[in-house]
This record gives sequence, structure tokens and C-alpha cells, in this order.
Amino acid sequence: MLAVAPVRFDATAAHLLPIAITVPIVIACVLIAGRAMPRWTSDALAVAAALGVAGIDGAALASTTANRVVAWAGGWQPRHGFSVGVVLVADPLNAGLALLTAALMAAALLYSWRYFESAGAHYQALMLLFLAGMQGFAFSGDLFDMFVFFELMGAVAYALTGLKIEDRTSVQGALNFGIINSLGAYLSLAGVAVLYSRTGQLGLAQLGHALDHQQPDALIVGGFVLVSCGFLVKAAVVPFHFWLADAHAVAPSSVCVLFSGVMVELGLYGFARVYWIVFGGTLPGDDIRRAFVVIGLVTAVVAATMCFCQRHVKRLLAYSTIAHVGLFLVAVATLTAEGTAGAALYVAGHAGVKAALFLLAGLALNRYGSVDEWELYGRGKDDRLTGVLFLLAGLALAGLPPFATAIGKGVAEEAVAKAGYPWGPALFVIVSAVTGGAVIRAGLRIYFAAGPRPHGQGQPATRGDEERDVSTTIPRHPPTMMLAIVGLLAGSFVLGVVPRWYSAFGNAAQRFVDRNGYIAQTLTAAPATVVHHLPDVSWTASSVVLGTVSALLAVVFAFAGLYHERAPQPVALVGRAFGPPLRVLRGVHSGHIGDYAAWVLVGLAGIGALVGLPLR
Amino acid sequence: MVLFIIGGGCVAAMLVLVFLDMPAFGGKHHPYRDHAIPAAVQHGTANVVSAVNFDQRGIDTFGEETIMLGSVVGVAVLLRPGEHEHEEEGPATGRVLDSTRLAAYLVLAVTMIVGLDVVLHGAITPGGGFQGGVVLATGAHLLYVGGRYPALRRVTPEPVYEAGEAFGAAAFAGLGLAGIAVGGAFLANLLPNGTFGQLFSAGSVPLLSIAVGIEVACGTVVLLAQFLRQELAIRPNESG
Amino acid sequence: MTYYAYFVAGWLLLVGVYGIVRSRDLVHAVVSLSVCQSGTYVLLLSVGYQKGAVAPVFGSTLPTSTPVVDPVVQAMTLTDIVVGATVTALLLAIAVQIAKRHGTVDPDELVSLEG
Repeated sequence: MLAVAPVRFDATAAHLLPIAITVPIVIACVLIAGRAMPRWTSDALAVAAALGVAGIDGAALASTTANRVVAWAGGWQPRHGFSVGVVLVADPLNAGLALLTAALMAAALLYSWRYFESAGAHYQALMLLFLAGMQGFAFSGDLFDMFVFFELMGAVAYALTGLKIEDRTSVQGALNFGIINSLGAYLSLAGVAVLYSRTGQLGLAQLGHALDHQQPDALIVGGFVLVSCGFLVKAAVVPFHFWLADAHAVAPSSVCVLFSGVMVELGLYGFARVYWIVFGGTLPGDDIRRAFVVIGLVTAVVAATMCFCQRHVKRLLAYSTIAHVGLFLVAVATLTAEGTAGAALYVAGHAGVKAALFLLAGLALNRYGSVDEWELYGRGKDDRLTGVLFLLAGLALAGLPPFATAIGKGVAEEAVAKAGYPWGPALFVIVSAVTGGAVIRAGLRIYFAAGPRPHGQGQPATRGDEERDVSTTIPRHPPTMMLAIVGLLAGSFVLGVVPRWYSAFGNAAQRFVDRNGYIAQTLTAAPATVVHHLPDVSWTASSVVLGTVSALLAVVFAFAGLYHERAPQPVALVGRAFGPPLRVLRGVHSGHIGDYAAWVLVGLAGIGALVGLPLR
Repeated sequence: MVLFIIGGGCVAAMLVLVFLDMPAFGGKHHPYRDHAIPAAVQHGTANVVSAVNFDQRGIDTFGEETIMLGSVVGVAVLLRPGEHEHEEEGPATGRVLDSTRLAAYLVLAVTMIVGLDVVLHGAITPGGGFQGGVVLATGAHLLYVGGRYPALRRVTPEPVYEAGEAFGAAAFAGLGLAGIAVGGAFLANLLPNGTFGQLFSAGSVPLLSIAVGIEVACGTVVLLAQFLRQELAIRPNESG
Repeated sequence: MTYYAYFVAGWLLLVGVYGIVRSRDLVHAVVSLSVCQSGTYVLLLSVGYQKGAVAPVFGSTLPTSTPVVDPVVQAMTLTDIVVGATVTALLLAIAVQIAKRHGTVDPDELVSLEG
């Protein structure tokens, strides 16, 4: 099966991949060495770097349409299917993900132009290093290399989360984030060591080839569970998700844009990529499908519930991200190209919408000094434009057509239903409606003073006191901030209406799940197989209907949330029955690092049981 | 605690099952090693670990030294003086025994030489940029051990060392990009291989080792300086 | 005896997590995290060991045909150590700031992130 002669790879496009990683690092070095440069220079340099990387990623994406792009670092081309080097592989899906990363980074840096209180040029340098880490992680085709860039992403993210050192919650959130993510990374590394002991390989393609057709014994299952653990911690899947709400609640809004928009999704991507390439030939698909659809379901439901109960707007958005990650996981876990295409499109649409929402929340924080929905009641009444944007984003989050979230959701729903889970569409509709409804409720309260004024302390939950991000007062509609917000929403809208763009996700997904092609192309430079049976990614009647239903349901939930005290007696009784379990659920989210670590072990054991026990 | 017992117990059981399936400790089956050694010898690198680090899996090392860069910048950001704090001169020379001071000065000279040696000979002896860089940085801090914190601060001005760290990282990246321009692949080994076991061997490995050494030494100095400054020099503003 | 080294690694991992779960001091929690990491070092190095082999540094005294232990896991461990040391430094810096803002480093007393 594998060629004997030394192989030749197309070099020109391949150089783009390491350049995309190196450029942000070099510019970051310039920013670090040139601390004394004026503010506008460092701002401009950083935004230019992000846009430059976006351009490089775009070029890489264009080269992947026909063929994957394979770059062996150091020139260590494989012989006889073996190489001592590290490979970077781009297919349309991860090139698109890298492009999304760079685009969001440009938006975030634009948003923080001039007004952001930053520690010299260090903030921009950290953001660019974060970008480099994400690029490296997306393009990497080697398991240990993925771990290294995963840690790069993580380390810089911990520092960015704790940027507002004056804020008490900020530093605590940063530490929780840091310890749990690092723990996940070390567990993944243990998994890498375990797999290495059996196969002697570290590259994804080589591992996949070595494990092909092997009987899944304890080592393979254990290796899979350990390696996935780190990626699932990053993806904030229940029960590894506790850190995300803490981190989002305290990080500056521009940083949250990246966390919710791509970083979490990169964790999911890593999990899917490792499963498909390394374990796709050995672990039975039905087993994995069952296990992870369940996990995705639990994640979505738990997070949606927590989302609706929040009064801290950024925490609310964080839980909605976790809920959506649950939905993405359900779609990816169907192990079909359709599910993957739907999830990818949904991720892209969600990124734009969620990023815009975080920037809007940041705008409110900087203008009114709070992100507490109750405290901000009616404060935004004079700013209808921002209010309308907020509501629009909430509807888009719920899946209003023609945003990209709606079409992604629709394709994913169909894929899940076809995979044998008829309750799938209902889950998607309800979860996206609940999270969208929470956002709409918050928007109505803040910008339109709807509903009765909330009173009382309520349950002991995280209130929205927070330090501002900016050091000076800002005008009503700061141009750079508004540009970033509108641009992001527009991006999500446009992706849903341009057929050439959204149908490209079908090709991307098909390439992603084609593990034999990936292995062959990486190890032997075999040309990419022509793809037949592309999954159909288009607007169907059911996706339009379900999207509209979700949006309407979101509005209903929002009003229910606003006027719940005036609910008729039987409804109120039902609501009260949910009280105790809800209190327990909220109590579990304690903010205590020890609890989080214990849950990581429980989750690890749980996944091990779900995947391993049926195989005995 | 209950959660830990349940979770920990199950994970322990899982780990036992996994370990029992692994090849026995001390076995002979190491396919990656069997390919890495001839590749290292082919490029004239006597220290195979350095060959793997800088030559074969150089992009991992690139990522790792970027983590170092990011963490040091992150610490600088996290330990910066806050809004209600200011930075003072720092305490005057500390009180230490004369013998401690003498020992610190003597060992400092030796440490610096050892550190330089480890960095430069990364390709032929155990060691390399990382190890040598840390030795150099902690060697400089023997001044602090000898009770001369102000002297340490004069010798290690932060902007200079931050620039040095950035330079080291950029140099590594530059060598990588040069690999694309000249050698056809990122971080390709560019220079002639030289004689096995001599100082000028192994192509670009010594250069990469030196770049990393500069970066790690400067970075560690900045890192330690941040912690020392936070403890010794940053004080809250007088209220009222 | 053939699996003893691996069990040591697993033990270190679990003891480290236990340390995080039960710690009363954030500095202790961060150091427990680095104990976890030491577990991964032990695992990596023991995977690469070969009985009767020597360190993988050749030269005039050691011909290239001598059996040596696996250099790749050693390179991985080196990377791991650097990563771990820097991340530990970062987390300790955060702990310093927590001590200043909250006045305590006891996780049981940090209550600003509930719900």
C-alpha cells in the first residue's frame, strides 16, 4: 500500500502553513522588544499582522480545494511510510478554522484599538502569540506537536484572562482556567506516551496506519480516552466545563471573543481529528457514536439550564457557548460527513454571532460599569441602535434564517435524525431557543426596560461587578468597536446567503472524514481521491422552518423569563418544582478548584466506562 | 472528596489496565529511535537528543520556546504594578555572611562559564540551549544570593533583557524561515554538517541552540526579576 | 517489576490530582499540578528505556553502533519540562495576585465565582 521511493510533495503551497505560524510570533517579538513605541503603532502593527495571517490562511484554504496541503517541517520527507519529522497538514476544514481564528483576532484587536487599557504593547504581543498557538494547533498533523501548541494556546490564554489584575474575580477565574486546562493537557500527554509505547509513532497519519485494523484492547481505549480528555477539557464538554464560565466572566471582552469563537471549537476539532485519523480504523464507530452523542446531549441540556439562570451577562454567554458545544458534539459524534458539515457551518455562524455578543457586553461594561443584567435594567434605554443589534444577535444565536447558524443547525439536525436519533432536531431547537431566549431577555431588560424591575438578592450567584476594560471614557458609539460588532454579525449573515461559501462546507467535511485519503496523502504524497457523494449543504424547507421556530420559541422564553412572577398558578407550581434540582445544579458550580479537578477525574472515568465497557 | 474517591478509583483501575497492556519496561522495541539515530548521524550530530529537538522535530522546539516567551510576557503583565501601587528603589544591600558572599562570587564565575559551555556544545554533549540558558540566568541571580539585589537590578535592566528574549525567539523563527528560502522546508538544516563530534558540526543545530540559549537566559532573568520586584520593590500607594 | 515504573507514573498523576482536590493553599495546588506533570515525565522516560543501553550521546568514546535508549522520549520530556516550568511560573504569578486581591490563598475562602 505504501510507496517505496522517496516521495515528493508540492512545496509552494506547503510553505504557507509554517509561515502562518511564524509571522505572528515574529511580530510579537517586535512588539515585545519595542515596548516604547506609541500606542497607535502597536495597534496598527497587531491588526495588520492578524489581517496578514488571515490572508495567508485564505491562500492556504484556496489551495486545499483540490488537494490537501502537506508540509513536512525540516524537510524530513517520509521514506517507506516513515519519517522522523513533524508534519503540518491542511485540508479545507482546518484551513477554514485557521482563517476564522485570524479573522476573529483581527476583529478583537480592532475592537480594543486605542481605548483598551493595556500593559504596554504586551497585550497585543500576547494576542498575537495566542493566534500563533491556534494556527499551529489547527494545522498540526502530529500528536505531540498538537500538545505543544495546545499548551501555547493555554499559557497565553491564562495570562490574557487575568489581564485585569485589579479585579478580584479576574485572577481567580484565570487560576481555575489555568489549573484545569493544564491538568487536561498533562492527561493528554500521558495518553500520547501510552500510544507511543505500542506504536513508536507520534504523527497522526503514522499512528493511524499503525493502529489500523487492530483489536481495540485496554491500551488503545485508554490511550484514546486520555488523549481526548485534554481536548474535551479545552472544548468545555460536561463535566470538564466548569472553568469556561469562570474564565469568560472575567476575561476582557476581546479575549472572550476568541475563547468562545474559536478556542473552544478548536478543542472539539482536535478531538474529532484525533478520533478520525488515529482511531478511525480500530475503535468501532457505533460505540463512539453512542458514547459521545450522550455526552453532547448532557452538555447541551446542563449548560442551557445554567445559561437561563444567569444574571451575569458574560457568564450567560459562556454557558450558551457550552450548550452549543454540546450540540456541535452531537452532530460530530454521528460520525458522518453530513453531521460534520453541519457542525462546521454552525461553528462558523456561531463564532460571528457570539463574538458580536461579547463585544456588545463589553460595550455595556465600559459604558455603564456593570455586566449584571439586573443592575443594568433600563440603563441602555437611550441607545436603541445597540439594543437592536443585541436582539438581532440573540435571534441569530437561536437560529433565525438566513444567518449561518440556521443553515448549520438545519444540516446538523437532519444528520442527527438520519443517524438514528429522531429526538435530535427537538434537542437542537429547544437548546438554541433557551440560550437565544436568555440573550434576548437580557437585551430587552437592559436596552428596553422590559418586564418588572428585578429585585432582591436572589440566589447567591455571581453578580456582575467587574472592572472596566478601558481607562478613559468612551463615546456613545466608538467607531472601531461598532465596526467590529457589525462586521461580525454581517459575516455570519453573509455566510448564510452566499451559496458558494456555505456549500463548500460539504467538501470540507467529506475531506475531513476521509481518513484513508489523509493517511495516504500524508505518508506517500498520493494524489487526493476525487470525492463523490458530497453531503448536501443547502437550505431545506425543514431547516428554514426549524430555524424560524427556534427564533420564535426564543422570544417566548425571553418573555417567560421577564414575566415569570406574573405566571398563572399551575405554571408557577411547575416552575417551583424545578427549584431544588436547580439549586443543586448551581451549587455544583462552586468556583472551587478542588471540585473542578475531582470532576475531571470523574469525567475521565465516565468516558472510559462509556467507551470501554461495551468492548469487553 | 466523594467525587475524588469515585473518580480517582475508576481512573486508577483504568490506568492499571492500560499499563498492563503496555510493552514491558526496558524492552528493545523502539522504532522511532531506530530511525532517529541514523538521521542524526547523517547530519553529523553526536547528541541525538539535540538532533531530535532542533533538527528532526524542530517545530516542537519552536513552539516550546514560544511558550517560554509567552509565559514570561504573561508574568510581566500579571505582576505589573497595579493602579494603586508604585515601584520603589528596593532594599539596599542585604545582610549576609561574608563567606556566603564570597562563595556566591566564586560560584557565579564558574556557573557562567559552565552555562556558556552547555549552550555552545549543544550538539555534541548533553545539554543545549534550554539547559544552558537556565544555568546562565540563575547564575546571574547568585548576585541576589550574595545579598546584592541593587547590583543585580543594575546588571539586568529589564528592557534590555526583554529585547534580548524577543531577539532570541525571532532568531529561531528567522532560521526557520531561512530554511524555507534556502533549504526548501521550514527549519531545514542549512549549514554544512562538519566533523562528527567537533564544535562546528551538525549544521544549524548549534545556531538554533544558541538562539534558544539567548532566549531562555534572557527570559528566565526577566521572569525572576518580575517575582523579585513584586516582592521587594512594589508597594501600595499611601492612602488618603 | 516489568510494569513498576508505569505504576509509579500513574501514582504520581493521581497523587497530584488529589493534592489539587484537597489543597488549602493555591500555591500548594499549583505545585500539585507540577507533581502531575512529573508523572508524565516518568511515564515518557520509562517508555523509552532499554535494559543495558546507554545515554544517546555519541562521540569519540561511544561508537554509533552502541545500543542507546530512546532519544525521542527524552526530547519530548525536555519540551515537557520547559512547558511545565513556564506554566507553573505563570500560575504562581496569578496566585500572587490572588493573595493581594483576596487576602487569602485558601480555595475554600474564595467565593466570588459561584453559580
